[in-house]
Amino acid sequence: MRRTLAVLVENNPGVLARVAGLFSRRGFNIDSLAVGRTDNPAVSRMTIVVEGDDRTLEQVTKQLHKLIDVIKITDVTAEEYVDRELVLIKVSAEPGQRSEIAQIAEIFRARIVDLGRRTLTLECTGNEGKIRAFEESLRPYGIKELVRTGKIAMLRGSRYTGGNGKEEE
Amino acid sequence: MEITAAEALVRCLEEEKVEVIFGLPGGAIVPVYDALYHSKIKHVLVRHEQGAAHAADGYARATGRVGVCMATSGPGATNLVTGIANAYMDSVPLVIITGQVNTSQVGTDAFQEVDITGITMPITKHNYLVKDPKKLPEIVKKAFYIASSGRPGPVLVDLPRDVAGSSIEFRYPREIVLRGYKPTYRGHPTKINEAARLIKEAERPVIYAGGGIINSGAAAELKMLAETIGAPVTNTFMGLSSFPGDHPLFLGMLGLHGTRYANLAVTECDLLIALGARFDDRVTGKLSSFAPQAKIIHIDIDPAEIGKNVRIHVPIVGDVKQVLQALLPLLEKRERPAWLKRIEELKQLYPLRYEKENGLKPQFVIEELYRLTRGDAVVATDVGQHQMWVAQYYRFKRPRSLISSGGLGTMGFGLPAAVGAQLGLPGELVILVTGDGSFQMNMQELATVMEQGLPLKIFILNNQQLGMVRQLQEVYCEGRYMAVDFKFHPDFSILAKAYGMSGYTVRNEKEVAEVFPEVLAGPGPALVNCLVYPEENVSPMVLAGRGIHEAIEC
Repeated sequence: MRRTLAVLVENNPGVLARVAGLFSRRGFNIDSLAVGRTDNPAVSRMTIVVEGDDRTLEQVTKQLHKLIDVIKITDVTAEEYVDRELVLIKVSAEPGQRSEIAQIAEIFRARIVDLGRRTLTLECTGNEGKIRAFEESLRPYGIKELVRTGKIAMLRGSRYTGGNGKEEE
Repeated sequence: MEITAAEALVRCLEEEKVEVIFGLPGGAIVPVYDALYHSKIKHVLVRHEQGAAHAADGYARATGRVGVCMATSGPGATNLVTGIANAYMDSVPLVIITGQVNTSQVGTDAFQEVDITGITMPITKHNYLVKDPKKLPEIVKKAFYIASSGRPGPVLVDLPRDVAGSSIEFRYPREIVLRGYKPTYRGHPTKINEAARLIKEAERPVIYAGGGIINSGAAAELKMLAETIGAPVTNTFMGLSSFPGDHPLFLGMLGLHGTRYANLAVTECDLLIALGARFDDRVTGKLSSFAPQAKIIHIDIDPAEIGKNVRIHVPIVGDVKQVLQALLPLLEKRERPAWLKRIEELKQLYPLRYEKENGLKPQFVIEELYRLTRGDAVVATDVGQHQMWVAQYYRFKRPRSLISSGGLGTMGFGLPAAVGAQLGLPGELVILVTGDGSFQMNMQELATVMEQGLPLKIFILNNQQLGMVRQLQEVYCEGRYMAVDFKFHPDFSILAKAYGMSGYTVRNEKEVAEVFPEVLAGPGPALVNCLVYPEENVSPMVLAGRGIHEAIEC
């Protein structure tokens, strides 16, 4: 089973190493990890997608909590949530194929962000399923390069996990 | 007035009421030593940094206070690593100060540079690299708070040389904010009620008490619980000394080398009350046959320990002393004649025993030490067979009287830890029981014993080999003994004399009777080299992959 955790951490040097080190030494698998500052510059938010059964997930959460720099952990998968990933794909595109690829981009509400002599670079955001479908649609043209950000996620509705670590209803 | 960050560090340590620092200086930490010159804090100069970490650890275990040690950058810091890991595994509060190269040189592979915060990340509760001298007082305050609160553990502060030399306006913060760190001390009332109900319903309860009892100072509550509900008590190795060793409800230690009656009581019980213990693999043996009939109540301050290895029926996160204080009023006095009769039967059927033939037996040495000290000594040990015999045959009376490396099993821990314990408890009888293998791993600290004028009594159970490994090779490798026999044996009694302490050798029970009382009553340090029967095994023993009820005599 895969779970998505939103982890608020102190924006201290080494905090990523602490979290990553914890996962590797306790044998937990990270599927995806995205980190960035929140609206509070002293706090960063990590979105971690972790693979494992309930017991593993419980241990992951408890062990993360033991890190002094970890402020709060929310399992967003336990509730309704929105998740997004961003992908940049550089795909082979002979001049005659460009309009075809542009149509695919439109279907996925992706955007062409750069143009080379024989390539197009596309940007797409969406959940994992959409990103996968987008990638598969472009594969026949020849993917030259692909980079994705890792998943970020947020609870739906008026509940939020603020940069000060407080949860509000 | 501005002072240097190094001076501020010393002021912080004084504010934290640090009495003693164990350390060994070097280039990068010279500014801190310079600042210590005018301080009233005692500095104990060790002969190897590993000794500093273990001594601080022994001091902390013996006194319950935070142990402090110090070393320079690079090799000084890496020499502390085993000691830090040892303290981490056994939840011992330490604050470790290391020197570091100048901030401008960090990351350049400078002379004596090592990334000690990176290295110690998995073996500290937390660590800091001080980059801004103004933040030093706050960091030190946090380090002491983190080390000593919640589940205790080591915290390292790495201080670059140029930061130590910078001037700051000193003010020791009165309060600190750690929004990601809020240990739970009080147990959840609903869970405590549920625990009380399970205890009332139980017919055959057993209390399984670990090091958490000692850390939270809950020995009195443990005794009251056992006597109120009429439940026998077994200790983990780390829990030894938390329950009186001569109490009729005491089952001794459980697990790999535990008493058979403790292991069988756990196997037969219908309720297991786990207090400040972590279901370590050395305790449980094969998990599927551990306490198979029991419901389990688990009280621990570290939520990550609850449900980690074993399924728990009633989990209670909290300080075990506070939880027991809340639980005790909910319980009624119970007599359990049938269950206690069964326990007595198990004790009669499967007592700890050894054969007295074949010369001086190590178990006899421990029994004599117990008899002569009446269980009043503080006993430090090293790691190996002698350690298990201490656990089995020395009946501890009061908390913190056993100073030993449990989780990491660090050979070489004993001597420096005994130094720390004796410095923390100046008036008390501190004895070290060690083996010839362990002792040779840190015996340079004999110099520290003499320099500090410590009246430490050292007993080496000398079987001229690495006895525990020999036993493993006998059991698991059909007696193919590989790299366990020492071919060269130093004369430890002469070694003692080289350091200026009394040295003795005993070969039989008669010599024990002549030498031990004199040594224990003497005012100064002494070393007794006990030449014991080399083939003796620690018995009983649970073989790898077996349940604890299947222990064999060996």
